[in-house]
Amino acid sequence: MIGLWPVFRRELSGYFTTPVALVFIVIFLFLSGIFTFQIGKFFEAGQADLSAFFTFHPWLYLFLIPAVSMRLWAEERKTGTIELLLTLPISLPAAVLGKYLAAWAFTGIALLLTFPVWITVNYLGQPDNGVILAGYLGSLLMAGAFLAIGSCISATTKSQVIAFIISVVVCLLFMLAGLKEVQGFVSGWLPLEAVQVVGGFSFLTRFESVAKGVLDLRDIVFFVSIIATFVAATAVVVNMKKAE
Amino acid sequence: MISIRNITKRYGGGSASILAVDGVSLEVGAGEVLGFLGPNGAGKSTTMKMVTGFLTPTSGTAVVCGRDVVEDPVGVKSAIGYLPEGAPNYPDMTARSFLDFIARVRGLSGAEKKRKVDAVVERVHIGGVLRQPIETLSKGFKRRVGLAQAMLHDPPVLILDEPTDGLDPNQKHEVRHVIRAMADRGDSGRAVVLSTHILEEVEAICTRAVIIAKGRVLVDGTPAQLRAMSKYHNAVSVTLVPPINAAGEPVNLAGELATMKWVAEVEDQGVRHVPVSPAGPGGPRQSCTLLAKGGRPLLADVTSLAKSRGWTIETVSVEAGRLDDVFRELTQKEHVRAGGAA
Ligand SMILES: Nc1ncnc2c1ncn2[C@@H]1O[C@H](COP(=O)(O)OP(=O)(O)OP(=O)(O)O)[C@@H](O)[C@H]1O
Ligand SMILES: [Mg+2]
Repeated sequence: MIGLWPVFRRELSGYFTTPVALVFIVIFLFLSGIFTFQIGKFFEAGQADLSAFFTFHPWLYLFLIPAVSMRLWAEERKTGTIELLLTLPISLPAAVLGKYLAAWAFTGIALLLTFPVWITVNYLGQPDNGVILAGYLGSLLMAGAFLAIGSCISATTKSQVIAFIISVVVCLLFMLAGLKEVQGFVSGWLPLEAVQVVGGFSFLTRFESVAKGVLDLRDIVFFVSIIATFVAATAVVVNMKKAE
Repeated sequence: MISIRNITKRYGGGSASILAVDGVSLEVGAGEVLGFLGPNGAGKSTTMKMVTGFLTPTSGTAVVCGRDVVEDPVGVKSAIGYLPEGAPNYPDMTARSFLDFIARVRGLSGAEKKRKVDAVVERVHIGGVLRQPIETLSKGFKRRVGLAQAMLHDPPVLILDEPTDGLDPNQKHEVRHVIRAMADRGDSGRAVVLSTHILEEVEAICTRAVIIAKGRVLVDGTPAQLRAMSKYHNAVSVTLVPPINAAGEPVNLAGELATMKWVAEVEDQGVRHVPVSPAGPGGPRQSCTLLAKGGRPLLADVTSLAKSRGWTIETVSVEAGRLDDVFRELTQKEHVRAGGAA
């Protein structure tokens, strides 16, 4: 994968040379704070864990991750830099993966910056830090899955706005696939096995246990497969659409 | 160094598909600077995109420095420096970090990277703007950053899509100078392909010109050979002092000039009267352009005819033929033919 590292580096530093990083991180931290302390009733719950904090991550990601992923390929195609990038001596998978990993690393940095929440809970009580670490890992994996989906959608259009909107909708579908209402809706016209498969794709259901600190191997495999599938799909879409 | 073999590109599928490049074959050797000409939509950019490995040919292929672009695209890309049409760049990056990025992707690092980046910065004269974000640069400097990006790794093959498009005359001159210098650099062994709509550019820097239209090669030759295809090649433009006839009117000489053996056609610009001036006496002057049959030299015949008839020749010049005319003749003929068929 020659060229992956320089692409990764350029992309990641790109977030920090523009206000994107600052705006994203501030909003991410602000919303995590509100969700955890106000809505999640962190203090009133009287429990030394971060489940209130993690429970809201899928909802935060629903809007913030598409905001990161929308520019990944739409912008390259709009400004024509895709022609520059793809005529450099790097393979397409290296370019796709490099950009994707940079976006993921960026959200990882934002996630790391929530460490004051972790400090607070450690100051107030004796939480199980293994559980908290599992929560962070699970959250990072879910962010990666959202990003992979967003990256693929960003490759289909030159418009960042369209990429954002479609990504939010698709991510919402993935999140809600396990809810009773959705299950009830699809069970009307799909066989039972298929309904279960649809339910199996539900990010919310999967993340429920992760938020409580139970990071099951099956959940890891699930998120990693989603990531692999959509990153590969991104490469296919980029290759198909680059001429336009 | 570049061998384009029957390359074809069809955009889209079905009935709405566009045949943008239709079986183009070309060989470009070391030391050549090839000017790629053609009307808008001729398929110049599409051809370049296929040679540089951005687009996959529908059929045919290109071989660059012994590597086949379909089989080894990364190998071809490392041998090429490419400036895409419009010189796209990352506007938020500074010129310096942009060039650093390109250098890293091209596998350069450490002292060698620094040396190559410094060298190219020197060559395209962008030392003063390295710390500026590219979006704040003037068009001329943006273009130079684009050129720097293409030339950074000293590639054996340079492909430039409209490198001087939209620049002011000074910038154009500068950029041409940079390209010329790149082609001539010491060890030679470099091939440059550039597309352009400016025919004087071809005369200024190209050793060879190819005109394409509707995805096909129409002509391929040196600029001089192309000019020789012009109907104005070796034409003689002459201004005479015509004799006055019995009625006091100047005699039109066009008819008599047209009877000369090697004159194919006379373009008569007519008779006009010039006032008396310090430069010479006033009176009628006739200007004509005599087109040569088969490009035969006419000058001697014209002067001897004038002498034998006692006409005074005021000015006379031999035309080399203009690329513009050749370009228009060839591409419009093509146009008419296609229009007639439709
Ligand atoms: N992405 C695309 N999809 C469909 N058709 C295209 C695409 N790109 C180019 N074409 C068509 O292919 C033909 C050749 O275009 P190309 O850009 O190669 O021409 P060109 O010679 O570079 O023209 P110009 O001098 O205007 O740059 C044109 O008819 C154009 O409309
Ligand atoms: Mg073009």
